[in-house]
Amino acid sequence: MIGPALAVFRRELLLAARRPAEWAQPLVFYGIVALLFPLGIEALNPALKVFAPAIVWVGALLAALLAVERMFRGDLEDGTLEQLLLADAPAPLLVAAKFAAHWLLTALPLVVAAPLLGAALGLEGLPLQVLTLSLLLGTPTLMFTGGFAAALIVGTQRAGILLPILVLPLMTPAVIFGGGAVRAAAAGLPYAAPLYFLGALLVLTVTVLPFAAAGALRNAVE
Amino acid sequence: MSNLPIPGLNVVNLAVARGDRTIFEGLGFAVAPGEILHIRGRNGAGKTSLLEVLCDLRAPAAGTVSGRPEPHQQHWIGHKNALNPALSPRENLAFWCALNGCQQPGLDAALQRVGVRALRHRPCGSLSTGQRRRAALARLCVAPRPWWYLDEPLAGLDSSGVELLAGLLAAHAAGGGAAVLTSHQALPDTLSGVRILELVP
Repeated sequence: MIGPALAVFRRELLLAARRPAEWAQPLVFYGIVALLFPLGIEALNPALKVFAPAIVWVGALLAALLAVERMFRGDLEDGTLEQLLLADAPAPLLVAAKFAAHWLLTALPLVVAAPLLGAALGLEGLPLQVLTLSLLLGTPTLMFTGGFAAALIVGTQRAGILLPILVLPLMTPAVIFGGGAVRAAAAGLPYAAPLYFLGALLVLTVTVLPFAAAGALRNAVE
Repeated sequence: MSNLPIPGLNVVNLAVARGDRTIFEGLGFAVAPGEILHIRGRNGAGKTSLLEVLCDLRAPAAGTVSGRPEPHQQHWIGHKNALNPALSPRENLAFWCALNGCQQPGLDAALQRVGVRALRHRPCGSLSTGQRRRAALARLCVAPRPWWYLDEPLAGLDSSGVELLAGLLAAHAAGGGAAVLTSHQALPDTLSGVRILELVP
């Protein structure tokens, strides 16, 4: 059962290696969005530090949105989706493998870049660590939620605006708790509770959404 | 060819719909091992939809299909080739094998059989329609499965490609395998024992 999932995972890595621009794009976008803020305000304005968690989190959310949009479109167009659904393996597992590969390729670089961007925005010490940890816990939620929405709209023509409308409300809790944890840490308050919430969201999305996404894909093929 | 015992497919009073429009209803037929069933009909008659229902990609609007093979006993080659344009025929075939847990040593032999071995490292996006079709058909050779569903398998194939497919089908049927396929073109005369099902609205 692991073999087919591993095959899907490897294929995503191979495709990313063939088209480096495609997976580098969200990271570049993320960096530019976050770094435009100090240019827009004054670089040493103390307000920047207050807004830093929100900036980094919203940047990550937008980058994730950019990354998931075409997740299933190619597979639908070339017929691979049919083969995935007909394979002798549970479709939710294959979908989860695809989400996991996309997280590794596009979201993990966002997590790795977060300390740099946070520091550029004036965060340091504990809040910076909490920011990175919150992204590590929260980005799988973004990726799985976005992937589920991408599966929902894959059969729809010109679904451009549909994806953000569907997905942004679902991603909001991750931003609230992620930003909240950093704010609490910066204020010297206990920050464990919002991180636990992020962890709970992570478990919920990772276990439930592959099933929902597989159902949506089956619908798209029909 | 595989000697696995395969059940006969039995279709009773089948109705198929796309969206809220019923394409056909009251269809009944059976396919037994060793048979080749050629589904014909005008454009929009529901040939592809029927194949999708048979291989369980689409739910029927009414009626039953019994005796469906298990997923690992059937090949589905749709009108889309399931080849990623950025990957080569060999990589696409290797992925399909890994996805379905079958042995990989036969990859090059299968690509040789369908005549795209020389192209096996070129991205599929740069191949011609017929070459891509052949690369998709390599799946039939790499994993022997008793039940084939082929949607317009002749589309884009040149005359030697048509002969190749006819050879594959003949060997498959002789080995006790069954195939259900749609095609606008007539199948070559060299292929005997083809049953024809005409879909009329």
